[in-house]
Amino acid sequence: MGNAKLWGLKKSPWVFHLAAAPCNNCDIEILDILTPRWDVERFGIVLVGSPRHADALLVTGVINRKSLPRVLRVYEQTPKPCLVIGVGSCACHPHIFEPSYNVVGPYDKYIPVDVYIPGCPPKPEAIILGVVKALKRL
Amino acid sequence: MNIVRFLFSYIIFPGFLFSAVIGLFVTWIDRKVTARIHWRVGPPWFQPYADFLKLLLKETIVPEGASKILFLSAPLLGIISMSVLAVMLFSMNFDPTRTFVGDLIVIIYLLALPALGIIVGGSASKNPLASVGVSREMTQYFAYELPFLIAMAIVVIKSGGSIKFGEIVAAQQAHGPFLYSISGIIAGVVILLSTQAKLSFVPFDIPEAEQEIMAGPYIEYSGVALAMYKLARAMMFFLLPLFLISVLWGGFADWWAILKFLVIVVLIVLIKNTNPRLRIDQALKFFWLGIGILSIIGLIFAFYGL
Repeated sequence: MGNAKLWGLKKSPWVFHLAAAPCNNCDIEILDILTPRWDVERFGIVLVGSPRHADALLVTGVINRKSLPRVLRVYEQTPKPCLVIGVGSCACHPHIFEPSYNVVGPYDKYIPVDVYIPGCPPKPEAIILGVVKALKRL
Repeated sequence: MNIVRFLFSYIIFPGFLFSAVIGLFVTWIDRKVTARIHWRVGPPWFQPYADFLKLLLKETIVPEGASKILFLSAPLLGIISMSVLAVMLFSMNFDPTRTFVGDLIVIIYLLALPALGIIVGGSASKNPLASVGVSREMTQYFAYELPFLIAMAIVVIKSGGSIKFGEIVAAQQAHGPFLYSISGIIAGVVILLSTQAKLSFVPFDIPEAEQEIMAGPYIEYSGVALAMYKLARAMMFFLLPLFLISVLWGGFADWWAILKFLVIVVLIVLIKNTNPRLRIDQALKFFWLGIGILSIIGLIFAFYGL
């Protein structure tokens, strides 16, 4: 049973794109990996519109006081087991935004992040590598 | 003994299990052909099975405030009706004498049940986007059902006024398929387009428009319930082309049927991939004015035996 579950989850991770106040740079790269050039449907990865259908959340952007409750709500709405993948440098660490009054810190203070993909923005190849690493960790 | 045979035909072949397995395979054909049109590689053959398995083993969430019984039982409506439809189609194609009076009407109602399941489930899920999707689904149902029924009337007239599904198949086996005439081609076009709308494929994927209302009625569904919807859709994708073949293209009791089936499936996928989505009012106009008038012309042709 456990093996079947793992196989199903590894072979068809549906991703939900959770943009928590990003600058849209990483989001464009995420859309790139769905285009025919990179074609992630080869691995069964499909972009879904509702967090209820998702197996992996791609979170982008610096988390702040406005986006934190939304991120938490979407994470709670996602059926478990689910992966959380932080895309971009901002998801790894607030960097230059850290002294700002509005920034509440990195993601893993609030939700368990499985993989961080650094880069501003990360290349599509790097995002695919990150997702593969997240799946290997299961 | 009879009961065992009944259960076997409804649960294993050609009912639930067979049409589910083949239906999931047909959705793979859809995704692969779509990928080749996009000049991509596309998913491997086991992709729909992996998706289904994963959804079965995931958590199923019932939204707070939703009607629990309706929310969880609505997806089953499509699966049950499609299993019954599979048994009827297969038994009457391979043995046209196993028919009863008015079974064509029973089949028309069975084809309408999945849409009803989507409407009930979407309304029960207490989500504004789901209700938008449901209202569109209802409008679209009224849009495509009228030309579809007129096309069925063409089929009935061409078979000499019979509403027995088995007799329609037998008449075609005796005198050649209905498709090879003017009214037959018109009925074929009408049924193909309403098949497209019944499956909610792209020119008519208005109820679940991914870009505007996420997944419409399915938005709150997860885990097993979503898997049931996907399965019902897959079974429809397998059975609706078979229905078209058996009412117009001479039944599927021979090996040519596989080729006919693939032609229809690829045609549906091509229409899906070369068209933009219509608005709901445009779809209504298209079905009631354009296709509706076309089907009435076909009805007149059929009346004069063309």
